[in-house]
Amino acid sequence: MIEALQNPWPWYVAGAIIGLIVPALLILGNKHFGISANLRHACAACFPANINFFKYDWKKEMWNFFFVIGIFAGAFIAAQFLADPNPVVINPKLAEELAGYGITDMSNLVPTQLFAIQNIFTLKGIIMLVGGGFLVGFGSRYAGGCTSGHSIMGLSDLQWPSLVATIMFMAGGFIMANLILPFILAL
Amino acid sequence: MDTSTIKNNPINGLVTDNKMSDAMDFEVRSLDTMCVNESQIQHPWWYNFKYMIVGIVFGIVFVKAEIISWFRIQEMFRLQSFHMYGVIGTAVVVGVISVFLIKKFKIKTIHGESIEFHPKKFNKGQIYGGLLFGLGWALTGACPGPLFAQIATGAFSVIIVVLSAIAGTWTYGYFRDKLPH
Repeated sequence: MIEALQNPWPWYVAGAIIGLIVPALLILGNKHFGISANLRHACAACFPANINFFKYDWKKEMWNFFFVIGIFAGAFIAAQFLADPNPVVINPKLAEELAGYGITDMSNLVPTQLFAIQNIFTLKGIIMLVGGGFLVGFGSRYAGGCTSGHSIMGLSDLQWPSLVATIMFMAGGFIMANLILPFILAL
Repeated sequence: MDTSTIKNNPINGLVTDNKMSDAMDFEVRSLDTMCVNESQIQHPWWYNFKYMIVGIVFGIVFVKAEIISWFRIQEMFRLQSFHMYGVIGTAVVVGVISVFLIKKFKIKTIHGESIEFHPKKFNKGQIYGGLLFGLGWALTGACPGPLFAQIATGAFSVIIVVLSAIAGTWTYGYFRDKLPH
């Protein structure tokens, strides 16, 4: 049993559980699945700076913080007690491409050679961590939601604007991964 | 307060600078967001722990299905693996069926309240914002949920990504009125 839990879970198990989060949140308290709103609630709670967009009662959205604390705790539990001792198995083509940029360590879920603490203040680190994070935060709010809000919750409710957002998420990802990232990794 | 938005706001008449009416609060809160439902029932704060339990399940799946792996996201955007498409596709199918059943049988919450859905309005933000988000997604290898999960697995540099994402959100809020929607 424990062994089955330690191996990477197949997509249909993970997908089904994630799909069930939608009705779980609705039935538990009429909540719509979404995560990026937390970033906004953090702004509203900590530095609203008299900006209209952040002047609302963030305490009404407290549930969202609890949800994220749960994600944090769940990931911690999985990493500590259910961790797969083997490195991530990735497509050999990707492994080969990444090796060309000196990324060979697959033992963690994020590439250590890019995301190590000492790399934060390198040019690559600043572009990927600071730049990437900024785009994620700015873009998700501009789009009105992220992958969970639009691609899971919005599509579950058959909202076509969410389909537009999802298509653009994918378009942005394809452009970055195939056309821009190679130049950044080569830095 | 930025007066240009106030003028555009139809319920402006209800608002004074230091006291915000509930209607105004709802108006602001519902901009560019997913969840605006509120319970009319007053619950003690610790009722929120039920959402934490759902979050724990989500966090475990994130790690165990390698959804928070930077490598898996790179594979997805290079069409080198079916894994992420399978995860998102299955989740959407299960979600669609769930929402359909909730609507069809008018299923209520565990507290007996009716479950509400709000039609999403299209605006250009879903195009421009979506594209920017996608660029960031492929760079960091994570959307907002996985960011928190990555930190919990010991990738502490991702704290920088989260702080930067909060800064990005703040910057959006600052320039919101000047951006095309």
